[in-house]
Amino acid sequence: MQIKVNGQLVELAEMLTITDFIKSKNLKPDSLVIQYNYKILKREEWSNTILKENDELEILNFVGGG
Amino acid sequence: MRDVLTIGGKELTNRLFLGTGKFPAKSIIPKVIKNSETQVVTVAIRRVDLNGEQENILNYIDKDCILMPNTSGARTAEEAVRIAHIARAAGCGNWIKIEVINDNKYLLPDNYETIKATEILAKEDFVVLPYVSPDLMVAKALVNAGAAAVMPLGAPIGSNRGLKTKELIRILIDEIDLPIIVDAGIGKPSQAAEAMEMGADAVLVNTAIATADDPIKMAAAFNFAVKAGRLAYLAGPGAEKIHGEASSPLTGFLR
Repeated sequence: MQIKVNGQLVELAEMLTITDFIKSKNLKPDSLVIQYNYKILKREEWSNTILKENDELEILNFVGGG
Repeated sequence: MRDVLTIGGKELTNRLFLGTGKFPAKSIIPKVIKNSETQVVTVAIRRVDLNGEQENILNYIDKDCILMPNTSGARTAEEAVRIAHIARAAGCGNWIKIEVINDNKYLLPDNYETIKATEILAKEDFVVLPYVSPDLMVAKALVNAGAAAVMPLGAPIGSNRGLKTKELIRILIDEIDLPIIVDAGIGKPSQAAEAMEMGADAVLVNTAIATADDPIKMAAAFNFAVKAGRLAYLAGPGAEKIHGEASSPLTGFLR
């Protein structure tokens, strides 16, 4: 199954929730903002959102800026 | 009397806003914030690098500071609005610095798209601080669009060249009934003081502090300069004269 994450195609071998995917990438969830198919997902929705073919995920966070 | 700047219902007693880009190490940012005594800090939003280090700038920013995410990376009003929605959803409050840039050489803001984004976001109850090229008609349009302040540039972003647009900013200060915050271009504390002396309500500084040899010390220098400039403005500088005018009495001695 293929999904798009931050503009890049990613192959998933198994069914994953967004929480699982974040864990698999060793990302710290605290500071992340997730856009799922162009919709901003609330934190509590991550664990019950199962990724499916052709989903688009934007994983964002805050960086230094002026 | 307390000298307070009120923006979006928040009372600010410090008039130096701080950007957090370009610091040689994130770990010095808490000390920079402490020395600058800033109450408003800008941050940006970016995609996480899935294969690299995960940065979280928020860990370095004092919780008492107001966060002002910017919309950097946006090339249109629509993109700026999208970034603002993301920032608010992330729980960073409702302040937003609109930054819409299509010009890669001088990084000058697109005033037209900025006005459009301001109008949309102000209606959605954001506290909107648009970054613009100083122009009176643009500033008037921003007032009508519901901006909380106007942030004219002194010189291109990161150029450290000072108040190249001084006369145009002076006109905004004179004519616009919103806080005027000089954003971009200020390279030295003396230039920050100059902006404040002429009546700017605040300045936003990033590069000048972040790229100094000692950013922590430079943060203190800017803090003093902004305070000095503000105090001078409130004190009302004396008039300029072309010829000399003695400060000591010229009569009653020797002849």
